[in-house]
Amino acid sequence: MVPLSWFLFLAAALFSIGLFGVLSRRNAVAILLGIELMLNSVNINLAAFWRYGNVLHMEGQVFAVIVFAVAAAEVAVGLALVISVYRKRNTVIADDIDMMKW
Amino acid sequence: MTTETLIWLIPLPPVLAFFLIVLLTNKNKALSHTIGVGAAFLSWLGSMIVFVRALGVEHLGEHPFESWIPWLPTGDTWLEIGVLVDPTGAAVLFFVAWTIFMIFLYSVGYQNFGQPRGDHDHMGLPPHGATVEEQGHRHVVPSVEPMYSRFFAFLGLFAFGMYVLVLSDNLLTFFVGWEIMGLCSYLLIGFWYAKESARNAAIKAFMTTRVGDVFMLLGIAYLYSATGTLSFREIFTETILHTLATVPSGVLGLSAAGLIGLLLFIGTIGKSAQFPLHVWLPDAMEGPTPVSAMIHAATMVSAGVYAVVRMFPLISLDAQTMTIVAFIGAFTAIFSATIAVAQNDIKRVLAYSTISQLGFMIAALGIGAYVAAVFHLITHAFFKALLFLGSGSVIHGMEHGVLHTGNHKVDPQDMFNMGGLRRKMPITFWTFLIGGFALSGFPIITAGFWSKDEILADAFGHGHTAVFITLAVAAFLTAFYTMRQITLTFLGEPRTKEAEHAQETPWTMTLPLVILAFFAVTYGWVGIPEHFPLIGGLIPNWFHEFVGGTLAEHPEALEFRWEPLATSLFVALGGLFFGWQVYRNVNSAAEDRLQIPLLKNKYYFDEIYDRVFVKPAIWLAETFVSGWMDKGLIDGILHVFGPVTDRLGSFIRNYFDLPVINRFFGDGSADVTYWFGGKLRAVQTGRIQQYLMFALVVFIAVGAALYFFLLA
Repeated sequence: MVPLSWFLFLAAALFSIGLFGVLSRRNAVAILLGIELMLNSVNINLAAFWRYGNVLHMEGQVFAVIVFAVAAAEVAVGLALVISVYRKRNTVIADDIDMMKW
Repeated sequence: MTTETLIWLIPLPPVLAFFLIVLLTNKNKALSHTIGVGAAFLSWLGSMIVFVRALGVEHLGEHPFESWIPWLPTGDTWLEIGVLVDPTGAAVLFFVAWTIFMIFLYSVGYQNFGQPRGDHDHMGLPPHGATVEEQGHRHVVPSVEPMYSRFFAFLGLFAFGMYVLVLSDNLLTFFVGWEIMGLCSYLLIGFWYAKESARNAAIKAFMTTRVGDVFMLLGIAYLYSATGTLSFREIFTETILHTLATVPSGVLGLSAAGLIGLLLFIGTIGKSAQFPLHVWLPDAMEGPTPVSAMIHAATMVSAGVYAVVRMFPLISLDAQTMTIVAFIGAFTAIFSATIAVAQNDIKRVLAYSTISQLGFMIAALGIGAYVAAVFHLITHAFFKALLFLGSGSVIHGMEHGVLHTGNHKVDPQDMFNMGGLRRKMPITFWTFLIGGFALSGFPIITAGFWSKDEILADAFGHGHTAVFITLAVAAFLTAFYTMRQITLTFLGEPRTKEAEHAQETPWTMTLPLVILAFFAVTYGWVGIPEHFPLIGGLIPNWFHEFVGGTLAEHPEALEFRWEPLATSLFVALGGLFFGWQVYRNVNSAAEDRLQIPLLKNKYYFDEIYDRVFVKPAIWLAETFVSGWMDKGLIDGILHVFGPVTDRLGSFIRNYFDLPVINRFFGDGSADVTYWFGGKLRAVQTGRIQQYLMFALVVFIAVGAALYFFLLA
């Protein structure tokens, strides 16, 4: 069986890619994509720890399912916000959306 | 309903009437007097039922009607309040109920109910009369009292006070009733408050009785601290009385009982207007006449004597106190009788006569003649209420004459303006005559004779010769000035046009006179001594038996002696004869040879009190307290403190507040916060990715630090 550490490395890599995307992409939609990557890397961790722990305890899988649901909801709200911003300001570039600054 | 419950209910109707009238029915005169008189009737009815039931009880003195409830917790014990009707209480309740009811009824007529509103009347002044047109010609008739309803409200409260006092089984509620009456007498004497004389009289009455009341309160406090109870039932037990009689008080060598008795007696001196606190009572004549009757006959002054009667078992413990009581009473009796001789105001004569008669009762108590004192208290209340109401009727008739002639300079109360009224006001005349004869002690038929004779007989029989002689002389003077009053008022020919046009008063005023006249005659017959020649024993001496039962030791009936009887016959008849003989030909004040300045001016007591008490008090207030203490000393100190505080304040402000607090703490901390804010706000770019970057850096830094310090 594949050792646990592989899964963890995969998850860490995926998380870093997502984080990089979130921090470096200028497009708000792309930032949302990065967030999805980070969330899903966590899901890999959850599934892996469940499989290598006590299989009869279903918390890991259940938790992963809840994260999917939250992620889907989050994307729905996020995209709606992006569209709303686009309609108001005609841009989806994160750096341009700076109304909250001092 | 049990008798005890009924007794609790007796005082309530008048006080309810008071609140009803004051709060609700003030505007409606007819409704107000209906409530007032109705309440007086209910209390009267209750009192009569209680009285009749009391008559039916054997040995009521040993088993009185009593009931009490715990009222106020005081440490381990309770202050109890309750009601008590023993033989004396029942007898007093009888006359109180009758006189109060009569006075309420009389007030309806006296305050001119049913007459039109006055032309120029306003609140706080007696009504001046109203002009009416009848069959083409105008004439002036009496007008209704503008504050008619208020009068009945006050009377109601007054009646409440008296009933509470009479029915109390303890000194606490006794004193409460006592003070309610003090307040009401103030309100009623000053009823016509727009008159300055009425205001002054009200204040005088209140202040003078207050002097007595303070001492009385001291007495009550002392009694409470000595025995721990104020209930008559508990005080008048042998053990407590014995303790009080033997424990020294440390003042003037008196025993505790003596000092308490003396203090309580000073309260009586104030309330019953005994020398030297008698000055308020004549001035109290400023009130409307029913008030005079209420205060002087039925209630307040009787309350003073009733206080001594109630506390008799305590007061009689100390011989010294008893001597003082007897002395004050006898002295007052003769002292005010001499003043009454020289007064011309019909009500003032009666006022001094009241003081004198109260002196009789006090003197009787002082020599231990308990039953005689209570007897005289009751007969006096009847005939003096009758006389006051009768004089009010006379004044009313005279006012009618004054309104008729329109000459307002004629004083309707001056007896020298009257004369010949017997033809104009027959009912008033006959009833007044009965009252006057009762006051003089006209032999056999009148009540006053029997009660006064009993006092004299007691004084003589127990060897109090000085008291006996003093009271005999006072009784002579009493008969003399009473006949003077009757002669000047009713006999002879009218001396003024106003007297010619006087008119008999309405039935509401004459009916009470007739009823009271009935008692002024018949009440004496219940107390005829058994050993009296000829008629003694025909009617059993019920009063002596009944009231005597109140005391633990039943007083024995006196043996008959002819000396006091002869004396009382002589003074009564002689006084009446002289009074008639001297005054039947006197036509003006100038012809009256007894108008001695010393008597006319009441021994200058008002002037002396003015010099000794009032003037120094005003000097103390105006010159000493206001001028020197307040303006000089207190203001002087304040004038020093003011600038000093001002300097200190500005020093602190300039050298501490401004530089240290404001500059350093206040402005300093604000400046620092402002500077940091200015620097830090650059971080707030509004770029979400930048924030995340910061967050990541801080996370990694903190994570690294934790890893390094905690795990490594």
